[in-house]
Amino acid sequence: MSNAIVHFEKVTKRFSRKLALDDASFELPRGKMIGVIGPNGAGKSTLLKLAAGLLRPSEGRVVVDGKAVGRRISSEVSYLPEQEGCYSFYTVSETLRFYGQVYSDFDDRKAGEMLEFMELEPDQKVGSLSKGGKARLKMVVALARRAPLVLLDEPLSGLDPMIRDSIIKGLVAFIDLSEQTVIMTTHEVAEVEPALDMVIAIKDGGIVKIDDVEEIRSMHGGGLVDWMKETFGPAQFSFRDGEF
Amino acid sequence: MVENFSGKAPIYDQIVQRICNQIVRGDIKPGDKLPSVRELAVQYGVNPNTVKRVYMELDQLGVSEVHRGQGTFVTQDQERLDQLREQLKTDKVKTFVLDMKEMGFGPGEIEKGVQLFLDQEKEEAPSSGTQKNAERRGSKNKEGGTENE
Repeated sequence: MSNAIVHFEKVTKRFSRKLALDDASFELPRGKMIGVIGPNGAGKSTLLKLAAGLLRPSEGRVVVDGKAVGRRISSEVSYLPEQEGCYSFYTVSETLRFYGQVYSDFDDRKAGEMLEFMELEPDQKVGSLSKGGKARLKMVVALARRAPLVLLDEPLSGLDPMIRDSIIKGLVAFIDLSEQTVIMTTHEVAEVEPALDMVIAIKDGGIVKIDDVEEIRSMHGGGLVDWMKETFGPAQFSFRDGEF
Repeated sequence: MVENFSGKAPIYDQIVQRICNQIVRGDIKPGDKLPSVRELAVQYGVNPNTVKRVYMELDQLGVSEVHRGQGTFVTQDQERLDQLREQLKTDKVKTFVLDMKEMGFGPGEIEKGVQLFLDQEKEEAPSSGTQKNAERRGSKNKEGGTENE
């Protein structure tokens, strides 16, 4: 088995005329927390969906955990979507039971511990949860699986600072990096930086750079946000606390 | 909230520094058990890999000891802890002096400035808990206060 959890080989993805990913080749190591950063429309979500088997490459090949990616890869990959939530007619505990039946690697005990950590009530209807409650439940579902690859698409977007904080803490508390790898897209770079090992910077469908966060900090004498300003140019920034 | 880390130093290094400071200050005592990797990761909002690195560094510095199956403990080697205290002092003084020199202050000026500041401190905070007061004032100043004017 190769040491890389994810391998993109000359992957191109086109949506009708738009080029979302342009001849990207890279490998990502196991056991790391990896952030995918870049301006809106750079191709971050496309990259994640390709690794999750939710999109097929127009050209090239994606390999996850030594297997060519297709729909079947969902047994290896836990994917947290940005938009879709859990079924609103279920209660919180019914939701966990449902996912426990769908995925053989779903860890009920871990899910229970996470519910408590995230302060979610088992009997509450998903439909009546606040936005932050729904986001936390999605995170519980994504992390309760013992899948080797966990993909999180914008897990923090549109949430208030307290909820973002609890989601980051839940992530670092419950991820098992001895057996799992996390890849997450995010705009909240400054907030997530301490939780990341590596970043992939992408722009206009091309990989700009893949590097260790500590490496970037020591090379540039600043945090990720400073580095991003150099990498992507200040025009991409609204300068609001390290967000694009 | 997730803790803030300044730009320059690696995050693991900043956490090592904070733990060393807590030990020197006596917030963490010799022989105390340090938090688990997971607890520390949650406390600082950092990656578990980073925390493992922190514990590796502390171990190499001789500040902590791993007791197999029980966790990581602050060393009871008083000599080593005294060294650590000395070392932190030297580091701080060095940074301060280099900064002052860079701004063009001479050794005499620096010495006098420090003495004057200490004397003022003594007057402002008579008798009780001078250290705590000094600390509180220190953090206030950092937040942009100019109360000495």
